Amino acid sequence: MKGQRYIRGGHDLSKRLYLISLGAVAIFLIILSRLWFLQFIEVGRLREMSENNRLRFIPVAASRGVLLDRNSKIIVNNTPSFSLAVVPNEVKDKDYLLNNLSRVLMIEKSELLARWERVKGRAKYFPVVLASGLTRDQVEYFEENSLRLSGLEIEVKPVREYPEGMLASHLLGYIAEVSEKELEVPDYSDFNPGDYIGKNGIERSYEKYLHGEDGGRQIEVDARGRFLRVMNETLPVPGQSLVLTIDSDLQKSTEKALGDKAAAAVVVDVNSGEILSFASSPGFDPALFTRRLSPEQWASYVEDKRNPLENKAIRGQYPPGSTFKIVTALAGLSEGLIDEKTEVNCTGEYKLGNGTFRCWSKKGHGRVNLKTALRESCDVYFYALGEKLGVDKIALYARKFGLGEPTGIGMDGEKSGFVPTSEWKEKKTGIKWFRGETLPVSIGQGYLTATPVQLAAMTSGLATSGKIYRPFIVKKILDHEGKTAKEFSPEIMKTIDIKPEHFRLVREGLLAVVNEPHGTGAAARLYEVKVAGKTGTSQVVKMNDRKQAVAYKNRDHALFVAFAPFDKPEIAVSVVVEHGEHGGGSAASVAGQILRKYFELKGVIKRPSTDSEDESSDDEPEGDAE
Amino acid sequence: MIDRRLFTSFDWKVLLLILLITAVGILNIYSASASYRVVGTPYALKQFYWSVIGIGLILMICSIDYHILEDVSYWCYGTIIVFLLLVLVAGKTSMGATRWLNLGLFTMQPSEPMKIVIIITLARYFTRNQMPGLLGIKGISIPLLILLLPAALIVKQPDLGTAIMVCLVAATIMVAVGIRWSVILSLVLTSLPLIVIAWNFLLHTYQKNRILNFLNPERDPLKSGYHLIQSKIAVGSGGIFGKGFMHGTQTQLRFLPEQHTDFAFSVFAEEWGLLGSVIVLILYLALVLWGLHVASRCNDRFGTLLAVGVTAMLFWHIVINMGMVIGLFPVVGVPLPFFSYGGTSMITSMVGAGILLNISMRRFMF
Repeated sequence: MKGQRYIRGGHDLSKRLYLISLGAVAIFLIILSRLWFLQFIEVGRLREMSENNRLRFIPVAASRGVLLDRNSKIIVNNTPSFSLAVVPNEVKDKDYLLNNLSRVLMIEKSELLARWERVKGRAKYFPVVLASGLTRDQVEYFEENSLRLSGLEIEVKPVREYPEGMLASHLLGYIAEVSEKELEVPDYSDFNPGDYIGKNGIERSYEKYLHGEDGGRQIEVDARGRFLRVMNETLPVPGQSLVLTIDSDLQKSTEKALGDKAAAAVVVDVNSGEILSFASSPGFDPALFTRRLSPEQWASYVEDKRNPLENKAIRGQYPPGSTFKIVTALAGLSEGLIDEKTEVNCTGEYKLGNGTFRCWSKKGHGRVNLKTALRESCDVYFYALGEKLGVDKIALYARKFGLGEPTGIGMDGEKSGFVPTSEWKEKKTGIKWFRGETLPVSIGQGYLTATPVQLAAMTSGLATSGKIYRPFIVKKILDHEGKTAKEFSPEIMKTIDIKPEHFRLVREGLLAVVNEPHGTGAAARLYEVKVAGKTGTSQVVKMNDRKQAVAYKNRDHALFVAFAPFDKPEIAVSVVVEHGEHGGGSAASVAGQILRKYFELKGVIKRPSTDSEDESSDDEPEGDAE
Repeated sequence: MIDRRLFTSFDWKVLLLILLITAVGILNIYSASASYRVVGTPYALKQFYWSVIGIGLILMICSIDYHILEDVSYWCYGTIIVFLLLVLVAGKTSMGATRWLNLGLFTMQPSEPMKIVIIITLARYFTRNQMPGLLGIKGISIPLLILLLPAALIVKQPDLGTAIMVCLVAATIMVAVGIRWSVILSLVLTSLPLIVIAWNFLLHTYQKNRILNFLNPERDPLKSGYHLIQSKIAVGSGGIFGKGFMHGTQTQLRFLPEQHTDFAFSVFAEEWGLLGSVIVLILYLALVLWGLHVASRCNDRFGTLLAVGVTAMLFWHIVINMGMVIGLFPVVGVPLPFFSYGGTSMITSMVGAGILLNISMRRFMF
């Protein structure tokens, strides 16, 4: 075996290997002769090019596209920032220079010296930044005295400016220096260390539109490094600007309604998929990231339990709780397992095998039908329905509403949520799906999770009787002259094959949730516009483990989804308040405030509101009070 | 199992040669990155860590008989092909380009091990399917398929440099096996229309620009053309004796692009001049000739072809990188073995060296 295996006969190749060796030597000789040509024959010319007429390449960054809201109001802008750098090799009198700088910049001499020395041991030809954010006067002074103060360079860089402060920070994202890893990717091949790129949110996802093309100047400098003339110039092409779908006024109200809670809210136009408002709370200050975060600032963000850096609207995956009853109800109707008259007697608990599943109301709801079960969010009704449907039917309908997959909103990092099936569990754990596990899923608990943006899309599908538009955030791309370069049109993401009358029945249930006595979502009621919605409470810790006062981290999440107006739906809203206890309280009132603002902006509701019963009316100190 | 002859026939001098090149490389990276704003560990130190890992790999490889590679070659080939497909489907995409695959614990770039795996696979194929006489169209059809499948997947990523490298290495192995002139001619003729197709459909704009700028540097004197011009100025201005360590003005003023990676030799040539460059060139030539020597004195065909392939891999990296730096070739992202900064390149080169040393020390066994 062995003899046959290692076939002998390397030797028959040795003649060719000899020729290959000769070939290798020949190619090395070509390289050698080229080196000799460059370094021996051409050395004079090339050394002159490198020494006397120093060419310098000064990159000129393209101004980054700005971000506008749907009403063309600027929410992210650029502003030039001047910084002062020194080229140590070209300084004649260091002490004199430092005294001068200290006086003009109003920075201690010792501090300037420390900044200077930071680069000790490295090349003396490379400019060291001593101060940034110079005033116009300071820039003028240095330019006028450039002969006296040799070795100084003024660098101009456009930096991001945020006229609206922290507004929509997660949606917009921030920009910062390109990292080493990013530089290895070929599409970043035109970037250099020190360039700024979008790191998050729209700034990242739309980098290629926003960035523009950097230009540069090839300049000739004299032996001291002073500018002589421009040899060659490529003008930068400014980046394209984006018109977003969001309404900054509505966005502001949304963030105000969320306050400093760990929460998220999404408002979507049900007839197009345009995101009108997109908030994750608490926010962060994008301006801090542009100017390099101090370690303390970074720590304060990272250590905050409310997770300010996380974009909860697309990355927060929460059990949808009772808001999911919308899907369970439609599945039951569509499968013919229930109709509007089907009744279930809720005694406060539901028995299945050895298990007892509780309704949130201990004393029970008595006899309930679809509408009252939705209105009062009776769990027992949906346990009974869920048992008949089975988990796989529920999963089928959940997917029809876009759960379990990213919506494709157009931002990096969107999570998909999760829709469990019996096959998934068996594959993962090897254990069969128990019927008892279906019951929590039918009321939106258990393994089921969804992101706030998915919940908004799901609700829009109910509002439109089965047509879900893909949520999107960028309406138009404008070139640097302000002309429309690209316009994004609505795209249908899901068409749900459920009969319109079934949708109508569930919608009516949701109307009752907000507007009828015993409804759980009264906090979202508006008197001028009919609002329909559904509360949800998603358990963080199991019921039986509960004590009277539950620690913050174990408190339930509060959810609320809504659409309005009831008769001709325009918008859908989803709100998740982490550890907000009951959906009927905190989340519904947030949704109510958002909806009120929307209809105020449309002129449907006059402001200020005279509604004393609505919780949201007292925190809008508008100027034109009677 | 452990034969004493294994120790006595280990090529200590060649290991020293490799360590010498690596050490010069680290020194050069120190100078090349002197003007960088340092974030974290300096490049030179990181390169040192990589070289230590690489030497460990050499010793590990030498302790195993290289014939194992023959048995596992097709498995390796299949696995890497699957990884390459996975990269296209599920790789880490950042702004359009996809080269990395997340394997849970770590991310990998499967096009890099393909350089070695294609050598092992072809060596096995030509060992097991020996034919009398020179290779004709028929004899070359299967090896071509073995080559073109990964090459196409790598171009698609897109990673032109690695794809070219894989093709050159495979071509060298075929030439060593022996191939008819008529076949070479017809391959060249059929590849012309393929190039036209590749130009129009496969190549990305940035790749096309690099080639166009090479043919006419004035086309874009500020960007890629600028890099070529500046690299030539750097090399040429070094003259015979060079400007001295840490004193290359082109380098320290950062005229050079990627001066610690692909253009590292340009830095060296500027600071050490013709003298230094020729010494490094001679070290590399010695390594290549030794590799071919290992191939010709090896007693089994698999070992011979393996040695040819690995030597070809090192050789083409050296030639294409240096050719680029001195303006003979367009700018393709190919690192200089043992010399350019980068863990991936260092590991591949060291693994190659390990295989060569392995073949050399086992020459008496068969």
